[in-house]
Amino acid sequence: MVRFVAAAIGFVSIAAAVVASAEPPAGAAACSGCHPASARVTSPVPRLAGRDAAAAIVKAMQDFRSGTRTGTVMDRIAKGFTDEEIQAIAAWYATQK
Amino acid sequence: MKSGRREFLKLGVAATAAVALSRARASAQGTAARVVIVGGGFAGASCARALRQADSRIAVTLVEPSPTFTACPFSNAVIAGLRELRAQQFTYERVAADGIVIARTTATAVDAQARSVTLADGTRLSYDRLVLAPGIEIRWGALPGYDQAAAAQMPHAWQAGEQTLLLRRQLEAMDDGGLVVISAPANPFRCPPGPYERASLIAHYLKTKKPKSKLIVLDAKDAFSKQRLFQQAWSDLYPGLLEWVPLSKGGSVTSVDAATRTLVTDFGRHQAKVANVIPPQKAGRIADVAGVTDRSGWCPIDPATFESKLQPSVHVIGDAAIAGAMPKSAFAANSQAKTCAAAIARLVTGAVPSAPKLINTCYSLVAPDYGISVAGVYQPSGGQLAEVPGSGGVSPADAPRATRAAEAVLAEAWFRTITDEIFG
Repeated sequence: MVRFVAAAIGFVSIAAAVVASAEPPAGAAACSGCHPASARVTSPVPRLAGRDAAAAIVKAMQDFRSGTRTGTVMDRIAKGFTDEEIQAIAAWYATQK
Repeated sequence: MKSGRREFLKLGVAATAAVALSRARASAQGTAARVVIVGGGFAGASCARALRQADSRIAVTLVEPSPTFTACPFSNAVIAGLRELRAQQFTYERVAADGIVIARTTATAVDAQARSVTLADGTRLSYDRLVLAPGIEIRWGALPGYDQAAAAQMPHAWQAGEQTLLLRRQLEAMDDGGLVVISAPANPFRCPPGPYERASLIAHYLKTKKPKSKLIVLDAKDAFSKQRLFQQAWSDLYPGLLEWVPLSKGGSVTSVDAATRTLVTDFGRHQAKVANVIPPQKAGRIADVAGVTDRSGWCPIDPATFESKLQPSVHVIGDAAIAGAMPKSAFAANSQAKTCAAAIARLVTGAVPSAPKLINTCYSLVAPDYGISVAGVYQPSGGQLAEVPGSGGVSPADAPRATRAAEAVLAEAWFRTITDEIFG
């Protein structure tokens, strides 16, 4: 019985970790208002999900923020995020399908 | 991040067991996390799906009487004959397919102490967290002469649907040379740039179909969203056709007479052939019933969780909320819904919500191929949502027409994307 309870506590804390790791970092969830989460949407705005996207997201956000890349709205949005936040958003999108 | 995915798969079996276990424990104690959401618009439907995505153990019920949602963004294009209303309409089939229970009725009462919602048929739903996403309600009678009967003569068209079509039919029926009047309310109201996008697209309709006509915007304000961009475009595209009358020049409408389609200001009377009265508004009715509105008629909230400052365990998102610097827009509602869902997913497990960052982007069409935008990034600051310093702003004033055309294309892409995320 004691062993069962110990195992159960272990399971619950793993489940909590899984749920927590899936939570998008600050700002990330809002991107899909314009960047399609689904491949069935036709849009000139690129999808962000996928393991290859992380480096491109970081570079694009930094370039929009510094002004080396012109945008329509992304130049204004990128200025609201720090390097750490951009890294976290990019890393999270890399884990998305 | 490959390893992250592998970790997830490896943990899958253990996680499934843990979910089953926690369900068993929860049901034994009668405490399965139950979230009830009232209102199936951009805010409510987004929140329902985001909650299921955050934690599929949460039981979500969405209370929404209408089988079809009719979206307001782009409804100005319907009024101007550039788009059909069915392009604005969405059903809840995919929402339900996420395992969300849809109660096709109205919520009539909330007992925040007992944590229960009463539905129109008398059913009581218990909740751990309640999310109110009721949008707006017209303040009937706030503008003397403007009641529900008057809206059948002088449509507001500020809740999309039959009113949208009524205003369109009136414009179509008007003879060339007629006077169209729009009255715009004082702040705050749903969609701050909306009246001016509407004025632009009606002006476009008149210019192309009824060029001897005139459009007057009577405004209860001296300043409005994206003002410089709108006014620059108006003088380029619609000179002599569209006149904006600010508060200081007598723009504030003090009463209306529906029978003669007359709008009265302190400075005079305007008898219109077509009159669009955008009236004062407040949070949707259930917010008042639940006791989450303050004297302004809107709902003060915690900026990190969107929990009401007036009632515990009740959250308010979308147009009904007082969201500080965030405007009452569909994009903002979607962004708030996801933030609220993440916070609730943590709160129901006893965890502390994380500090959010939210985004808004609003496009307005000044003509079918001429778009402008405002964007902002927001975070909690001093108990309210404030713009992140240095971020945000409107489209550049001196941009070439190619940029305006690109923003018009992006506007439509935004609508397709966000409605697919919420209803697709």
